[in-house]
Amino acid sequence: MLEVRNLSKAFSGLKAVDGASLDVRAGEIVALIGPNGAGKTTLFAAIAGFQRPDAGTVRFDGADITGLAPHRICAAGMVRTFQITQPFAKISVRENIMVCAYARTADRTAASGRAEAIARQVGMGRQLDQLGADLTVAGRKRLELARALATGPRLLLLDEVMAGLNPTEITEIVDVIRTIRTSGVTILLIEHVMQAVTSLAERVYVLNQGRVIAEGTPAAIAADPGVVEAYLGHGAAARLGGQHA
Amino acid sequence: MSRRGLGFAMGGLVLAILYPLLVRAAGAAGLPIAPNYLINVGMLVCFTAFIGQSWNIAGGFAGLMSFGHVVFFGTGAYGMAILQATYGWNPWLAWPVAAALGGGVGWLIGALAFRAGLRGSYFALITLAFAEVFRILANSVPFTRGGLGLLIKADTRPANLQFRDPIWLYYLALLLCVAALLIAWQLTRTRFGARLVAIRENEDAARALGIDVYTEKVKVLALSGAMGAAGGAFYIQKYLYVDPWIAFGVDKSVEMLLVSMVGGAGTIFGPLIGAGALTAINEVTRMLASVVPALKNVQPLSLIVYGAMLVLIVARLPDGLASLFGRRRRREVERA
Amino acid sequence: MPDPAIILAGVLNGLLAGGIYVLVAVGLTLIYGVLHIINFAHGSLLMLAMYGVFFLWRLLGIDPYVALPIVIAGSFAFGYVLYRGLIGRFSHGRDENILLITLGLAIVFDNVALLLFTGDTQTIDVTYAGTIVQVGAAFLPLPKIISFLAAILLCGVLGLVMARSQLGKAIRAVAHERQGARLVGIDVEQVFAISYGIGIACLGAAACLLMPTFYVSPTSGHAFVLIAFTTVVLGGMGSFVGAAVGGLIIGVTESLGGLLLGEQLGQIGISLIFILILLLRPTGLFGAGR
Repeated sequence: MLEVRNLSKAFSGLKAVDGASLDVRAGEIVALIGPNGAGKTTLFAAIAGFQRPDAGTVRFDGADITGLAPHRICAAGMVRTFQITQPFAKISVRENIMVCAYARTADRTAASGRAEAIARQVGMGRQLDQLGADLTVAGRKRLELARALATGPRLLLLDEVMAGLNPTEITEIVDVIRTIRTSGVTILLIEHVMQAVTSLAERVYVLNQGRVIAEGTPAAIAADPGVVEAYLGHGAAARLGGQHA
Repeated sequence: MSRRGLGFAMGGLVLAILYPLLVRAAGAAGLPIAPNYLINVGMLVCFTAFIGQSWNIAGGFAGLMSFGHVVFFGTGAYGMAILQATYGWNPWLAWPVAAALGGGVGWLIGALAFRAGLRGSYFALITLAFAEVFRILANSVPFTRGGLGLLIKADTRPANLQFRDPIWLYYLALLLCVAALLIAWQLTRTRFGARLVAIRENEDAARALGIDVYTEKVKVLALSGAMGAAGGAFYIQKYLYVDPWIAFGVDKSVEMLLVSMVGGAGTIFGPLIGAGALTAINEVTRMLASVVPALKNVQPLSLIVYGAMLVLIVARLPDGLASLFGRRRRREVERA
Repeated sequence: MPDPAIILAGVLNGLLAGGIYVLVAVGLTLIYGVLHIINFAHGSLLMLAMYGVFFLWRLLGIDPYVALPIVIAGSFAFGYVLYRGLIGRFSHGRDENILLITLGLAIVFDNVALLLFTGDTQTIDVTYAGTIVQVGAAFLPLPKIISFLAAILLCGVLGLVMARSQLGKAIRAVAHERQGARLVGIDVEQVFAISYGIGIACLGAAACLLMPTFYVSPTSGHAFVLIAFTTVVLGGMGSFVGAAVGGLIIGVTESLGGLLLGEQLGQIGISLIFILILLLRPTGLFGAGR
């Protein structure tokens, strides 16, 4: 469904993403992990049209979408959430989601109904009339999810949706994400919270210093010495390996 | 809008329709009032509410705060005047054309400004600059007769959009006001309006969620421009004279902005409430001026109050007077 | 095509006027750079300062150049108090809010002036106003030359203060990194107030330098605010070099515009530059990237 080939993006000479490639097949949940500053969010931004890649291509369902405007990419069926939540503060949760539901219908009643259904799907059924500004962090994360869902995507890019949530909230969101996938949406997510990665993702890409350094199942990745070094520093794999039986 | 709100609105409309008749009856019954003057005041409130709503649609709903909205007003005014005085058009035909001209100017300014990605304060300033350019052109270009201005020949027939009895202009202004309220109401119920609000709240998120921000902004500015121009055209029909200061003077921009901010930007009735408040201020200062001989010039006094109100409203009551009526909503969002 | 000698005269006159615009723009860009406030009241405050200079001359017989220290001090005080009392309280919200508040202030100032002084223009007649200096084919009024030199001098002094003094260092620290400045013990609110005061003091100086050759009326505020903003946007918000270059360019543009297009139409040059810069290069010639 999603094919990223040799994508590069530099800022003022510093390469944030350096020839990264990845694939996401329909129906999968794929995770993108890596230490801070690895370039994950820049990669997302380049895929979803917020940054123009310096090199490389992004193909979505075979069509080349490299460098298209975000709203066009959203219309094509791919939408991203933001790491730092961006609710529409002065309007209600319902209205927040409705405006996104309008991407698929022009009818107010239909949009409202869809908003309610999606709100319930992410567990916000009781907060429909709360203002965007009054939500807790968990609420805002759910709202990000709900708004993205309302646009009717086939591929959802989630940027650290777990950040700032406590363990209970994480478990709940993980369930919600699973149901989203079951409803037919493919998911690519950036995450730091390993619990979520291991329980959700079928495949994992590891990004470090703008390059993809590993790919595989969560278990394979966890055992990969290169990955350990990326997170814990040079030589850490050997040291840790020495401590294991 | 709630049931109660709708009830109030209907009641208000009935009162507004009966207003000139009541005022005339009271005058005939011997009360010490000047009915025609009061009808004129009523007309001004409706008219100000209309042009205020034109600002509100762009500035309040979509967050496109403009400091130069008079550019649309003046385009409509000159359009109306030139079509009649120079080309002999009938004003009823000239009116929608003048409005369309305003829409065109709105489209132009929007296309330029939004393509360049101008937002917030920069957008406000560039609209000011456009208004200034138009004013200077109007003052220098032959077909506007420059500083001499244009006179529309007085020919008081309804077919000519000129009326002997002020009551007709009142009803026309009322019609405009109601139309503006309906437009604003529609914005709260349609996809277009919802998108504008999203753009206002968070443009980047809106873009990410599928909204074609550029196109929507240009559309709303065109609509706002058309309304502003329609207002300018109407204004000219009352006074039958236009010059660059009347058409493009910055005071009108301030009025259009202030009326919405005071009443409540982004609300349906905000501009109407603001128009009422500002007209009341005007009347009070007029009375003061007649009592205190030193204050011979009333205009600056009203504007001083306007300026002070703007400061107070932005500082203390950012959602305008309307927030005192409806549900009180607390705002806790901080933008660093 | 007019005589090149006339063009030269226009350019020279424009440069002379431009020097004072630099002073005005420096104040505005300082206020923006330090407080991140777009001070829409800048033009109106200049107008008020000019009236101050006028009345000092009319009522006390003080020559505008002699009045410089008085007016600068008075303007600084006014700006400081205005910030402390009003602007400082509300300047921590959104960008647009502060713009609206300074717009409100501008409206109040403009109309208080209209009320008190009526719409008439006022000029100062100093004895040396008529003295003309000939530079090549250009005839330049002496006061304009004096004002230009004074403006350059004052900008230089300000530049030195900003570069060398403790205060200047504190101001630059706050402009660069508010939180950090707070952490090292700088009283940021005080720096804000002082910076705003300095910005207005620049206006006071400009007022003294303008009055010998110019006029004041309550509507002057409008004209000046557009000039000030165009200069700052052209040069780049927050850049002193930009303000200097911008001021001179705008001065010349205004002069040549009036020369080539006539008094009325010539004004359009400034607004057009403003629009073009915003559309094509909003960061200005020397501004930091957005």
